[in-house]
Amino acid sequence: MRTCLVVDDSSVIRKVARRILEGLDFQIVEAEDGEKALEVCKRGLPDAILLDWNMPVMDGYEFLGALRRMPGGDQPKVVFCTTENDVAHIARALHAGANEYIMKPFDKDIVTAKFQEVGLI
Amino acid sequence: MTPLDYDFLRKLLKERSGLDLSADKQYLVESRLIPLARRAGLPGIAELVAKIKAGAEKLTSDVVEAMTTNETFFFRDKIPFDHLREAILPALVQARASRRSLRIWCAASSTGQEPYSIAMCVKEFAALSGWRVEIVATDLSQEVLEKSKAGIYSQFEVQRGLPIHMLVKYFTQTGELWQLNADIRAMVQHRQLNLLQDFSHLGTFDVIFCRNVLIYFDQDTKAGIFDRLSRMLEPDGVLALGAAESVVGISDAFKPYADRRGLYRLNTERAARAGVSAAMPQVLKLVGAR
Repeated sequence: MRTCLVVDDSSVIRKVARRILEGLDFQIVEAEDGEKALEVCKRGLPDAILLDWNMPVMDGYEFLGALRRMPGGDQPKVVFCTTENDVAHIARALHAGANEYIMKPFDKDIVTAKFQEVGLI
Repeated sequence: MTPLDYDFLRKLLKERSGLDLSADKQYLVESRLIPLARRAGLPGIAELVAKIKAGAEKLTSDVVEAMTTNETFFFRDKIPFDHLREAILPALVQARASRRSLRIWCAASSTGQEPYSIAMCVKEFAALSGWRVEIVATDLSQEVLEKSKAGIYSQFEVQRGLPIHMLVKYFTQTGELWQLNADIRAMVQHRQLNLLQDFSHLGTFDVIFCRNVLIYFDQDTKAGIFDRLSRMLEPDGVLALGAAESVVGISDAFKPYADRRGLYRLNTERAARAGVSAAMPQVLKLVGAR
């Protein structure tokens, strides 16, 4: 079973994302900020990361940069999932190595479409 | 809704659009027509039916539009567009090298996501640079065609099937709405068309996308449309149907490509019997389609 790390400071969003992704046969690991997400990745890289942008301690953009610099850190497919829905943020995320981008609010169809797009489904 | 009103609406929709509603679809009719009745200031479907019977033509066409407007999204089902990029366009670039032009018809194009998906594929296909590529989008509903022409989509619509890099590349953001850039919109011509009526005036096409519309028609109507579509396709052209649609058991006008699910070519034996053409190349063979 493939693994997906869900990184979001909102427990509600993590719960919704977990339910959707478990329905898509992913095993879920959760983290509430970028720093905790990095600790998870150091223990073992997931197949996919659903990543919020604005979080305390370390935001999603900073986390993505750190992840991509790690050995093997280019492997996980990273899908941003954020309320930052302007084209400038999207372009920054893609430049930093994001594979896809979800603008909140989202539903199961959108998550499924984006995960299909990056070849995870 | 009374059984009599439902029967009246079923017959009306069949006659006007070919939509073949089974006896158990009252819920669908109610869910789409009750809001329409309210917008028209009517208390319910009984009054809506009475107005139609009295000859309210605008209301009648609104009813047909409300019942025939179906879900669509960018790059729906993904596979047909993979076929387009990997097999159909490369083959046609070779087959049409001397004339350097292509005609693609998107029948039942709804709010535009399908013809614009095709347009983006064409735009990204470098070998077609400088070619004249016509994409004709037709639909029964003028309302959806107007939305399609505007090329403006909600945040929700652009996230279903459209890769993010294409959103950034081909759309301009205005608040929470996204508009396709003018160069992509200009690639698509829009025309109102009822597939039940003659469409021979559109001319012939190299590719026809007729997806997720025939599913709503009865067998005889489907067979008739397949027959007329076969006369609109170039001898080596390609027909793309929806994932749940097939010609098998309905028409012998087309034959499926064995390893390209959803793609069809003209049936050479049938066409030869009809004296249409002695030799019909299969365009996908040109690129060694599996």
